[in-house]
Amino acid sequence: MFRAIWAWIQKFSSPKYFFEMSARLIPWFAIPAALVGAYGLYLGLFVAPTDYQQGESYRIIFIHVPAAWMSLFIYVVMAVSAAIGLIWQIRLADMIAAASAPIGASFTFLALVTGSLWGKPMWGTYWVWDARLTSELILLFLYFGYMALQSAIEDQRTADKASGLLAIVGVVNIPIIHYSVEWWNTLHQGATVAKLDKPSIDISMLIPLLLMALAFKLFYAAVVLVRARNEVLLRDRSRRWVRELIEKL
Amino acid sequence: MLRAFYHVLLRDLRLALRSRHELLNPLIFFVLVVSLFPLAVTPSETQLQQMAPGVIWVSALLSVLLSLDRLFKQDYEDGSLDQLMLSPNPLVILVLAKVCAHWLLTGLPLVLIAPLLAVFMSVPDAALPALLYSLLLGTPVLSLIGAIGVSLTVAVNRGGVLLSLIVLPLYIPVLIFGANAIDVASDGMSVRGQLLFLGAVLALAVSLAPIATAVALRITASR
Repeated sequence: MFRAIWAWIQKFSSPKYFFEMSARLIPWFAIPAALVGAYGLYLGLFVAPTDYQQGESYRIIFIHVPAAWMSLFIYVVMAVSAAIGLIWQIRLADMIAAASAPIGASFTFLALVTGSLWGKPMWGTYWVWDARLTSELILLFLYFGYMALQSAIEDQRTADKASGLLAIVGVVNIPIIHYSVEWWNTLHQGATVAKLDKPSIDISMLIPLLLMALAFKLFYAAVVLVRARNEVLLRDRSRRWVRELIEKL
Repeated sequence: MLRAFYHVLLRDLRLALRSRHELLNPLIFFVLVVSLFPLAVTPSETQLQQMAPGVIWVSALLSVLLSLDRLFKQDYEDGSLDQLMLSPNPLVILVLAKVCAHWLLTGLPLVLIAPLLAVFMSVPDAALPALLYSLLLGTPVLSLIGAIGVSLTVAVNRGGVLLSLIVLPLYIPVLIFGANAIDVASDGMSVRGQLLFLGAVLALAVSLAPIATAVALRITASR
């Protein structure tokens, strides 16, 4: 049983197999991402009611909140796949981690920019040292550290392992950083969706928000596959199957 | 195992004590950076007092950061790191010994010189215990986390900036609670919570960071 699973994992995680499979998988993520995203944006920007307190400018949350969720989600994905790569020596997992980092950093950046754009009319200033904005900024630094280490080490295998370990150390530290910053200072509005009993957000705003979150997840899945394909080609460029592939072109 | 621990600890201490000026440098750096602030901002006593916790802690952070190189760099270059890894003793214990030596040589002197800086920055007497305890609990964490960073970057050419990029974000919780402890103590309130938090972070770092460092050293050595 275990042997069968292991054989299946090894087959699926071989870069060549992945390269062929992912080409077929990408449209299955990319097209729904576009459709769900378009519908979510339509609901969020045109259908959802105007907020009685914040007016129209609250609508940026349909980008801001999903982007902030993604920034953390991608870091966790990165750390988990880096751990898989470190423990079971699966190269594909390392490539997924390396491919995820720039996407995660972009989402973090997007969350920061939309947050500060929202902050201008709400708080009267682009930047406040608010707890969650600050955590997000530190998360961006963690992404930068990962990418810097990844690109500083010449040997690709070592680079993967070293930056993978850093991602794992980072993921252990994220809750500590988050809560110490939270404790340090907060004037951000409280969480409105994660409260299990009764979310304090209206259903007409919640649905577009969740749709956008789904769209961002699908978008990430599509983009990470594209980027991972590039990583596969780059790392296996001297192997035979890549050469044969190129000769066929 | 304990013998190996002591052996590595004593070796590192002995090596460091033979080049004393190198030992003093981070300490002088610490004092120098702190004394830049009154010059750059204001020598006014009340304002100095207000920013003292942050200034002292940030300077301590930078001073430890600059001295991190000493942890593994020389051993990496002369090959004794490889010898340590070949030894039958668990690498985690040896790493812990090296980090202990590093803290005794850099962290502890910072704690000892801190009262002088408290005078420089006109920290009230009531906050002096908080300053000392927070540094005492916080600086070992800096050495422990720093060890992970150094072991990942020791083989990288000109890895200094890279090291700070990796390590500084991880130092933030210690900075927040360390500086806050002094701040709160200056207002005459209890710093129990802050010190307990720093102690918890220290306990976590002592138990996990040497493992991560050992793994990182093996990754570095495998290239």
